[in-house]
Amino acid sequence: MTIIEETAVPSPREGDGGPLLEVRDLHVEFHTREGVVRAVNGVNYNVHAGETLAVLGESGSGKSVTAQAIMGILDMPPAKIPQGEILFRGEDMLKMSGEDRRKIRGRRIAMIFQDALSSLNPVLSVGYQLGEMFRVHQGLSKKDAKAKAIELMDRVKIPAAAARVNDYPHQFSGGMRQRIMIAMALALEPDLIIADEPTTALDVTVQAQVMDLLAELQREYNMGLILITHDLGVVADVADKIAVMYAGRIVERAPIHELYKRPAHPYTRGLLDSIPRLDQKGQELYAIKGLPPNLLHVPTGCAFNPRCPKAQDICRTDVPDLFPVTERDGGELPGRASACHFWKETIHG
Amino acid sequence: MGRYVARRLLQMIPVFIGTTLLIFLMVYALPGDPVRGLFGDKAGSPQVIAALRHEYGLDQPILVQYWNYMKDMILHGDFGTQIASGRPVTEVLGDAFPVTMRLASLAFAIEVVLGIALGVVAGLRAGRLTDNVVLLITLLFISVPVFVLGFIAKLVFAEQLGWMDPNVNDSTDYGQLLMPAIVLATASLAYVTRLTRTSIAENRRADYIRTAIAKGLPKSRVVGVHLMRNSMIPVITYLGTDIGALMGGAVVTEGLFNIQGVGGTIYESLVRREGTTLVGLVTILVLIYLLANLLVDLLYAVLDPRIRYA
Amino acid sequence: MPDVTKTDVKTDAADPVGAAPVAKAAESKPEKSRSLWGDAWADLRRSWIFIVSSVLIFFLLLITFFPGWFTSAQPVLGDLSNHYLQKPKLGEVGSPDWLGYDQQGRSVYARVIYGTRASVAVGFGTTILVTLVGSLVGMIAGYFGGIVDSILSRLTDVFFGIPFLLGTMVVLNSFPERTTWVVIGALGFFGWTQISRVMRGAVITTKQSDYVQAAKALGASTPRIMFRHILPNTMAPVIVVATISLGVYIAAEATLSFLGLGLSGVSWGNDISDGGNSIRVAQWIMLYPSIMLSITVLAFIMLGEAVRNALDPKMR
Repeated sequence: MTIIEETAVPSPREGDGGPLLEVRDLHVEFHTREGVVRAVNGVNYNVHAGETLAVLGESGSGKSVTAQAIMGILDMPPAKIPQGEILFRGEDMLKMSGEDRRKIRGRRIAMIFQDALSSLNPVLSVGYQLGEMFRVHQGLSKKDAKAKAIELMDRVKIPAAAARVNDYPHQFSGGMRQRIMIAMALALEPDLIIADEPTTALDVTVQAQVMDLLAELQREYNMGLILITHDLGVVADVADKIAVMYAGRIVERAPIHELYKRPAHPYTRGLLDSIPRLDQKGQELYAIKGLPPNLLHVPTGCAFNPRCPKAQDICRTDVPDLFPVTERDGGELPGRASACHFWKETIHG
Repeated sequence: MGRYVARRLLQMIPVFIGTTLLIFLMVYALPGDPVRGLFGDKAGSPQVIAALRHEYGLDQPILVQYWNYMKDMILHGDFGTQIASGRPVTEVLGDAFPVTMRLASLAFAIEVVLGIALGVVAGLRAGRLTDNVVLLITLLFISVPVFVLGFIAKLVFAEQLGWMDPNVNDSTDYGQLLMPAIVLATASLAYVTRLTRTSIAENRRADYIRTAIAKGLPKSRVVGVHLMRNSMIPVITYLGTDIGALMGGAVVTEGLFNIQGVGGTIYESLVRREGTTLVGLVTILVLIYLLANLLVDLLYAVLDPRIRYA
Repeated sequence: MPDVTKTDVKTDAADPVGAAPVAKAAESKPEKSRSLWGDAWADLRRSWIFIVSSVLIFFLLLITFFPGWFTSAQPVLGDLSNHYLQKPKLGEVGSPDWLGYDQQGRSVYARVIYGTRASVAVGFGTTILVTLVGSLVGMIAGYFGGIVDSILSRLTDVFFGIPFLLGTMVVLNSFPERTTWVVIGALGFFGWTQISRVMRGAVITTKQSDYVQAAKALGASTPRIMFRHILPNTMAPVIVVATISLGVYIAAEATLSFLGLGLSGVSWGNDISDGGNSIRVAQWIMLYPSIMLSITVLAFIMLGEAVRNALDPKMR
């Protein structure tokens, strides 16, 4: 909890003031046999150095696709980016040459994937895979790269790093493998790390360890961090601000602790209510009714309307904008927004 | 790793014994008599035939013959004597083997280089035009039998265009061996292409490839190191088993182009019912085949560490 | 011994519904509750490879069963007044003169038509034989495991260790009269190993699944578990391999005939071999059986390809 006190205020930290990364009106579509899937529909968010943004959503909400678009690892085709900008230190990466983007990948922006077992190459030693970063981006020799790899493994607290550097991914435990993924992302001390469900595949006890390690290293290097998750419980302790996604759009944006206290979107409220709580032992657990929408046939109006307990006629016809959220008296709530026609009723009750 | 090699070697022993025994039984237990075959259509006198049968040990029970044969083979490297010429089988083989080696290795080289190259190109463009064209070509290559292909090659390149001799006159000349080698390689080439293509197309979407791209590796490295290393595993397995197919195919190809290699010799001894020569030649081929497979298994373990520690 | 088809088994048996989405977008696709077979059939009907090969195979079967519908000429008895050097009358489609005559004055067209039966019979016969034998051996080895598996696997290795064509040549060489059954037997003798390996792999994977364990725990008998629970789930890879091998066996039979070790009767391989002697002066004797043979093999290999694509979603 101490982390929250220290970093709760979402404010730019670096001298230059601008955000490290800014996603502007990003659209991503997939062209499939069944039709066009609009996976991301005008997403905006930004991250500053030293700041952690949590992106929350179910599978199919577009949270991972957005991350892949930022990394430039979408398969195009079938994916297409018809509209939008992704500014890294003010420069639009979508307009860069392939070679320039490659040089950013891994070195300036790195990514941690969900399933470390399948995300690490099974037939290459972890030392090789870690060392590759230095060999490719810095031209180090094989020997120096291996020394660096051992150093990295030490950093992420893998015991007996020097002895295990030649081992293969399948010889490590799940938690250790995820540490190797983190080490790989950290290798060149990037400005921004995108972690896509970094702890989902892990045991609960290991989850906390890996999360703490990630937060600690982030603070140490003053990196920006985008933490993608479907689990509100995971991000509470580490994130500064949060963006909730649903059917390819951001439906709510808020500083993290405010979202927990006062959600301004029925979807967020539903998610919070479905977290098991100790003080409500014995009661039936709440669940949002219905299924996530089929992206080939997104409901008209607000995509959440078929599942929303408060849906009115307008919700079925008009797509809500991302409205700025204010106090009941009109007082400003910095960094808050909600894409609900009835955000006032939702937040103020 | 050491244990894995040891286990593989141990497993090879019963397979070697079984295979040689099977060949032996097939050649000797089935109807047909090599000594009678010596006399052609004329019937030899019963005494002479009996004497010859005794000399070659053909009057003994089949398992005793097998035991003696294996003993001589393993202890003295003696694969028996060719009845028609009286020469040791090893000597006959010494003449024929280098020829087939040249033909088969040329064919092998063609199928490896071209097959993998085509497969990678198709696999990286899976579902697009290039891929479909390559797929169609491989289907044709698989469907046209070797001997038809050989005839067509002779008809077109020797008779019509006059680019080559219809038969190979000098089997040490790789230029002359090129066409037979291409004919021999086509079907295998198609299989290698398809296997590589499937493997590449499947692994291309693997998570670790996404990771490699996210690491900012250049495309050459993503494909050359990360994709190839994983995709080659099934291809190499196939290449190991294909050595047997190449040698079987050599019987046809060598016959078509009149090449005096192992295939031709095998065919000849088959027709003449030369049991000893046949057993000797086939045993050596099987031995090569088994060794090639062992090599592939070891290579497999080197390429895939998950096997090594299993 | 390494296994060519290992990858196929893995993909087929481990992930029969293609759970791994191709694109992230697939995450949100609606779950249609169709079976593997239903899905496969829907896919097959859309595949041009399947349509083309089915039409070809339909005609081949028609020719096989009713050769008289296609030609009135006799395939066996020649009339030397039909000299083999006279050019085929390509305009007269379907007449005995259409594709010319061979050295014994027999209509090449009639030979091509009547030769179909031998190839198709050997192809189907061998495939049925190897599927039955291979499945049985593979099933027993995979299901019982341990020493039974070790013995059967080594036995499979032994048969696999002899180059296919060489082995069948040696066996067939011992038979003076090579009927269809003899050729099927010889091809099957060395051919069953591939199916056996595929089956074994699939059974081992399926055996570990929860529902088989549950059936065991409920006390189902061994044959019941084998045939009711395991067999249906191992069929896909076996069918794929069997369909493709149909074409391969037809080609093998022709190759053996070409070497003078195949069927004794009317067969494309024999004709191609004979035609090879007159290749300079009368290419058609060799050419038309070759074309027919290649089309037949192609048809079955394409069918196998289509079936594989339909049953193995990872191939898409």
